[in-house]
Amino acid sequence: MPYIPHTPADQEAMLAAIGVESLDELFADIPPTLRASRLDLPPGKSEDAVLRHLAALAAKNRTDLLSFLGAGFYDHAIPAAVDALAGRSEFVTAYTPYQAEASQGLLQAIFEYQTAMARLLDMEVANASLYDGGTALYEAIMMAVRLTKRTRIVISECVNPIYRVMLTSYTTNLNLTLVTVPQRGGAPDIAALMRALDGNTAAIIVQNPNFFGTIEDYTALFATAHRHDALAILSVYPILQSILRTPGAMGADIAVAEGQSLGLPLSFGGPYLGIMTCRKALVRQMPGRIVGRTVDSTGKTGFVLTLQAREQHIRRDKATSNICSNQALCALRALIYICLLGPEGLQRTAQLAMERAHYAARRLGALPGVRVYNTGPFGNEFALQLPVRAYAVIDALLAKNIVPGFPLGRYYPGLDNHLLVACTEKTSREDIGILAEYIGGCL
Amino acid sequence: MKTVFATSRPGRAGVWPPAPQTEPAALIEPRLLREKRPCLPELSELDVVRHFTGLSRLNFSVDGNFYPLGSCTMKYNPKFTEAVAAHPGFTALHPLIPQLRGAGHFTQGALEVLYETERFLCAITGMHAFTLQPLAGAHGELTGVMLMAAYHRDKGNRKTTILVPDSAHGTNPASAAIAGYQVVSIPSHEGIIDPAAMEKVLNEDVAGLMMTCPNTLGLFERHLPRIVELVHSVDGLLYYDGANLNAIMGKMRVGDAGFDIVHINLHKTFATPHGGGGPGAGPVGVSARLEPYLPISRVVKLEDGQYYLNYDYPKSIGYIAPFYGNFGVILKAYAYLLRLGREGVVRVAENAVLAANYLRARLRGHLEIPYDRTCMHEFVASVAELAASHGVRALDIAKALLDRGHYAPTIYFPLIVKECLMIEPTETESKETLDGFVDDLVDIVKTARINPAAIQAAPHHLPVARLDEVRAARAMELTDDAGLSEVMEITAESDTHA
Repeated sequence: MPYIPHTPADQEAMLAAIGVESLDELFADIPPTLRASRLDLPPGKSEDAVLRHLAALAAKNRTDLLSFLGAGFYDHAIPAAVDALAGRSEFVTAYTPYQAEASQGLLQAIFEYQTAMARLLDMEVANASLYDGGTALYEAIMMAVRLTKRTRIVISECVNPIYRVMLTSYTTNLNLTLVTVPQRGGAPDIAALMRALDGNTAAIIVQNPNFFGTIEDYTALFATAHRHDALAILSVYPILQSILRTPGAMGADIAVAEGQSLGLPLSFGGPYLGIMTCRKALVRQMPGRIVGRTVDSTGKTGFVLTLQAREQHIRRDKATSNICSNQALCALRALIYICLLGPEGLQRTAQLAMERAHYAARRLGALPGVRVYNTGPFGNEFALQLPVRAYAVIDALLAKNIVPGFPLGRYYPGLDNHLLVACTEKTSREDIGILAEYIGGCL
Repeated sequence: MKTVFATSRPGRAGVWPPAPQTEPAALIEPRLLREKRPCLPELSELDVVRHFTGLSRLNFSVDGNFYPLGSCTMKYNPKFTEAVAAHPGFTALHPLIPQLRGAGHFTQGALEVLYETERFLCAITGMHAFTLQPLAGAHGELTGVMLMAAYHRDKGNRKTTILVPDSAHGTNPASAAIAGYQVVSIPSHEGIIDPAAMEKVLNEDVAGLMMTCPNTLGLFERHLPRIVELVHSVDGLLYYDGANLNAIMGKMRVGDAGFDIVHINLHKTFATPHGGGGPGAGPVGVSARLEPYLPISRVVKLEDGQYYLNYDYPKSIGYIAPFYGNFGVILKAYAYLLRLGREGVVRVAENAVLAANYLRARLRGHLEIPYDRTCMHEFVASVAELAASHGVRALDIAKALLDRGHYAPTIYFPLIVKECLMIEPTETESKETLDGFVDDLVDIVKTARINPAAIQAAPHHLPVARLDEVRAARAMELTDDAGLSEVMEITAESDTHA
């Protein structure tokens, strides 16, 4: 039997040591009425047969598409060294570093990851990671609710709508009110966001660049939030964060991000990486694992999980969160990616993606009846307003194996003619030329 | 080792993307830009490779060490599943493609993986339907409690509490509380739930019971049928925490036993690697009456054999993850299940239980075993006597085991046994490994009686000696400051809003 080492002789010796006659005797505590009568699984296959089956399934997926799909999840180049290093089985097959002395490699890596995230987002502290960008945003809200003891959350409609639906799901049972302030021209209405703040507002949530790709400076909004004693929560895109004004500089209390763009493949939606950073004063309300530097009994530097009094295995129902793990391997990938690119490589990647998107906006915006919907500056993604339904273009281009972008009408009623187009450093001018040609052909 | 920040050399880089043609300020106004570049490591590719290879060597892992961490099921992770998850036909797939109307045919292979994995998990657990969306075990718990709440809300039930046995994982009460419920703890009797004690706290306010079975003592809840009956009598729901499914997989189907909601840990029972703490996956299965509330989207198979994502479930709790779960993890579990098949699944449980009972029998007489009867996949030992007589505690024993090359069992959990070691060997460890562990543990206990100081000072042979956790919590040094002097401006700026 695969992966089970016991020979019949081993089993016999072990049963004898236990003092039972058969394996079945070990299951005597399961009442006979509850014994499984059937198990509707196929017979086992050889490793080779499983690999062939999975390769055949993989072949049914089309990954040779020319795609301009982003919407918060981006196809960046991943250096081979990320896979090689993060694939080392000393990392892959370890678990949460409960025994710090036997887990220094992972603990130091997480400490370095926390440092890298704090520096990239220009915030004071980061945790060891959360599941994804959406759950990170939910945890940020819960932090704000605990800290302010208030129940109202103001959120911009420009925050990724996938995350907004998640927040609605999570807050249904919690007597929290989510107030969504509508977007205008792909940008938040800052004045309306300010007006939405009141004495019961726990937090205001915005995103930069927002779902439409628009870039903002939220410094004034955050200052207004602070005048209402509400927390300022900002969701960012890590690659562009290497060049954009930072959450720290804007005065954010909590900054979160989806870390997928930092060396994680798209992989059909996961595993991804929830980045969470905050001001140090709030760290005791931050959920998830946190690694700290300390010394051993001989004075040598080492690393441990710290501030565990916040956590579920000690606090049980009074814990800051039910989270008992992190996305350690994904965090490790992000750290290795950042180390390989360095600040220069990250900024170049961001700038290249932005250059391509701005070129695409010029080309596509010049097509008859087409205009760029964003009224403000944008980064590597932008919305196009088409003279036809977005789906007319998507349907036509899918037939040519081109995914021209994301139909905004899916989440924004009234934007049925609008297409969200993303570029990365992998998008070439030729790709954009092909896109422009085909979109032009459908108008 | 020095941190990666302390080894940085300005001007180096591992990867050089082509130089952009413009400056950021040519595309966006300077007020929207960062004032200083982030102070991140500047290293050659080889520098990076040496650093992380060096770090990896400071780590225990299943591939390198016996890892008997109770309730974590640290079994061997077959290598071929890594190859499956790394296939570009899966890794390059954007999750939004099947959500574009008319683009579902581009992702048929991935949707089939999801559909078939759900079907396998239904077969193993006897549940009616599954969602693969939960991103970890605790996330599965939260999803399960949300499903419970949705069911009661829909039925107009006014329920406020959730029962949790005192032997439960800490995540159970935390998940229940986070979903808005009050937690009522049920004391265990002789290691398992006592239906009489439960009846005392059972009333119409009870939304449900969260149960781990076998429980954290490794004991099967023998009164299960009666407990199910009691909870259902107040229209409460039974939640099965599948953390310990490895013990009963193929032997008993929890759906047949009357459970309404189940979460399972693909990274435990289904051999996907733990990755140093994640990513895992915590799929949730439900009985037929709870199916309408499952998160969306759901994968549906049409009569023509095509798969598509259905969002049309008006009673659904909504999105609990951005997409379809940790797909890369799900792939590995699916491949593992295909490899094991019907027969293999049963052998896993049998040999996991055999190994745990063998260790229990071998350690009898050397350690206290408070519930010394047939256990399932794990058992709990205690060194309370040794702690009282020689001042050598479970923590010391754990550190001494590290010195001998074994990862330590889970310690100080469950909370109901003093100075405990919770030991789960799994089915993949050989008899020689188990014997070696016993010999070392017995020797450690013997040494502790003769020279307690040697054990109290362990570990002696690891990269660091015992670490000062109190100092870590007090000093709160959570980030490195190496190299920051060059970017003092940013530090000063972030201080202004501290």
